[in-house]
Amino acid sequence: MWAFLARRLAATIPVLLVVAVLVFLMLRLTPGDPAAILAGDAATTEQIAAIRASLGLDRPLPAQFAIWFANLLAGDLGESFYFRMKVTALIGQRLEPTLALATLTIVIAVAVAVPLGVAAAWRFGGWLDRALMGFSVLGFSVPVFVLAYILIYVVSLKLGWLPVQGYQRLADGFGPFLRHLILPAITLSVVYIALIARVTRASVLEALGEDYIRTARAKGLPELRVLVRHALANAAVPIATVIGIGVALLIGGVVVTESVYAIPGLGRLTVDAVLARDFPTIQGVILFFSFAYVLVNLVVDLSYVFFDPRIRY
Amino acid sequence: MSLVVRTLALVLAVTAAGLAHAQGADPKVLRIVPHSNLNILDPIWTTQYMARNHGYMIYDTLFGTDEKSQVKPQMVDTWTVSPDNRLWTFTLRPGLEFHDGVPVTGEDAIASIQRWGKRDAMGQKLMTFVERMDSPNPKTFRIFLREACGFVLEALGKPSSNVPFIMPKRVAETPADKQIEDYIGSGPYVFKRDEFKPGDKAVYVKNAKYVPRKEAPSGTAGGKYVYIDRVEWNLALRDAQAQVNALAKGEVDIIERPAFESYEQLRKADGVQIVNKDPLGFQYMGRFNHLQPPFNNQKVRQAALAAMAQEPFLRAQVGVKEFYRSCPSMFTCNTPYGSPKGSDIQSKSNMKKAQELLKASGYDGTPVVILKPTDLAAIQKLPDVAAQLLRQAGFKVDLQAMDWNTVVTRRAKKDPPAQGGWNIFLTAWVAPDIWNPLTNAAVGADGEKSWFGWPKDEALEKLRDQFARETDDAKKKTLAEAIQARAFEVATHAPLGEYINPLAARKNVSGFVIGPGDIYWNLKKN
Repeated sequence: MWAFLARRLAATIPVLLVVAVLVFLMLRLTPGDPAAILAGDAATTEQIAAIRASLGLDRPLPAQFAIWFANLLAGDLGESFYFRMKVTALIGQRLEPTLALATLTIVIAVAVAVPLGVAAAWRFGGWLDRALMGFSVLGFSVPVFVLAYILIYVVSLKLGWLPVQGYQRLADGFGPFLRHLILPAITLSVVYIALIARVTRASVLEALGEDYIRTARAKGLPELRVLVRHALANAAVPIATVIGIGVALLIGGVVVTESVYAIPGLGRLTVDAVLARDFPTIQGVILFFSFAYVLVNLVVDLSYVFFDPRIRY
Repeated sequence: MSLVVRTLALVLAVTAAGLAHAQGADPKVLRIVPHSNLNILDPIWTTQYMARNHGYMIYDTLFGTDEKSQVKPQMVDTWTVSPDNRLWTFTLRPGLEFHDGVPVTGEDAIASIQRWGKRDAMGQKLMTFVERMDSPNPKTFRIFLREACGFVLEALGKPSSNVPFIMPKRVAETPADKQIEDYIGSGPYVFKRDEFKPGDKAVYVKNAKYVPRKEAPSGTAGGKYVYIDRVEWNLALRDAQAQVNALAKGEVDIIERPAFESYEQLRKADGVQIVNKDPLGFQYMGRFNHLQPPFNNQKVRQAALAAMAQEPFLRAQVGVKEFYRSCPSMFTCNTPYGSPKGSDIQSKSNMKKAQELLKASGYDGTPVVILKPTDLAAIQKLPDVAAQLLRQAGFKVDLQAMDWNTVVTRRAKKDPPAQGGWNIFLTAWVAPDIWNPLTNAAVGADGEKSWFGWPKDEALEKLRDQFARETDDAKKKTLAEAIQARAFEVATHAPLGEYINPLAARKNVSGFVIGPGDIYWNLKKN
């Protein structure tokens, strides 16, 4: 197991290296000049050139890359052109909202989707199964911002139960923290409920057709135990994979939801940085996402051991 | 299973408690949604309006501009001018202190003016007249001019970017090409650097030691009274509909510049008021590239100017009739230098005339590349209108869509359009930025040293120079008219009309100060 872990972690290095080089090059090749935005509308060409020089952007590309990479090896992701803050600090500030939203979204999605998927597979072809299939189509089809506005209108504006927008840090109290997260999490969870429920249904349906399920029923086990302890447990691997993909996507930032609910997360940071050509921030955030994806995939792979004792690393 | 049920019950209980928690609005905290993100904290280093607004919270100025566009003293108590207009002596008001308790002195003022004079266009112009500055005692500073000029107070009281904010000398000595890192000012609020989260929020608290002038507030002049303990800028709330929802529900107190589509909804929302606190507003502008064909031909530029009537732009971009007005002036209408002089080529034109002018110009069909930003709602529709009008006049048009960053990158390029250059870009200015011939970057005609577009016209530059030297107000007005007439003749750019963007606020907020810019002192929340 430890050797497997060490191998996988070591494998992240070439992945991150490739990402680093690609991101660096792509940014420099796309049109746009961070110095022009920094200078403001009334700036002259000379002022923009001066700012470009102060940022080191007038140096040859290899020199820029060498400097950035050397800092990267020392754990320094650089400093934002705009905010004059370390990129690590910027990411750190945005991490809590993103992780909080991702966590609550996945908790809601799994808590709703897995039982629904199991029930739909159990009652394959029945009204529950059909309802779930219909719901999942809706869940995939309705844009997130449309759902967000509907929820805001009904729950926040008409009923007045929850806030319209904003994020409260956990340090400011669990109650306000949760109040501000519920609607965005529900909004986001719909598409994940649709996805996870479908995968659960398909996977459990396949498991329910196996001989050991017939044996378990023949032994007189309660149906719930058959479904959960035997069918779901054996169907868990693909479900865990999809959940892992969902977590990775959520950590990558959900900019539309963050924009509608005014959540200062990593998604918004990334989009703002891209629009402003804040190269250090874009580079740092993408490297962080790459590392996060690798880590999530590793955790998912490790989780297979718990679901399927036959899997050993 | 019972563990699951117990856990679920606990979560629900906590959630219910959280839901029941009433987050009442604190009357001493003002929650504002500004028009954009605050990412640069040095208002001298950049001309961005958000940095300027941040500056007004924490810094003070030697002079201000009131709602009638008149320059009035702010930090300055009294001043004298020598008979030859070459020696200006200023005495500071008593009781001025920086946030760290250190008194403001003449040395601070001089260092701040010098740094500002290296960055700001009007400041740079002023510095060409300045021989030296000194501070004979802590409360006094002097400006010695090589020759008389007529805009010393207008420069020091300039209300928009770059505003000559006064900083401690140690901060103002930061090289002008580097950003400051110390945000101590002497203004009505103190910046809470430890609570600043870029893209999330900026926080300012009342400066309890601030001594306002005794006059009523007016524009950036008058008394800067503070009745609010804390101001929070919500930098994360950028979606227009979400802003409206938040204001309707009372989660924010002010939306600085609502989207025009939002006003109908805002008017119907309970507890919301629309406040026009900046009647001068903004002006749209279309800028020609004078270096590249076809607009390196004055007659072609004049034809384009004749085609670009203001009303279509305003209708498309603003849409709310009471919020826009045509203005046949390059210097904001209803301000001292606003005048229709020389504007007939645009204001009294029509499409037939434009077509005739184009035909007579010898236009050879060179495509006109117009840069269209796709991510800036404030000016997004202008390029489409420009493209349509120019096509109707007979131009061949290539409308190119890109994000705003690419627009500002390309407009700085002097290359031909086919090699990454441009022919027309459009933008908007706040009134003070364009209301006189020295602040209005678009009428500068010093060729490649000028603002993007790079017009060159010696006559225009000579007139601007005369304006800078003129000390008589009546003569300055005549010169401004002559400058405008010449600028229309040269077709430096096309003024495309003016508009206001009133803020929306909860009805329990009062005390809005009338004047240019986004001003947050004097406000009360009941």
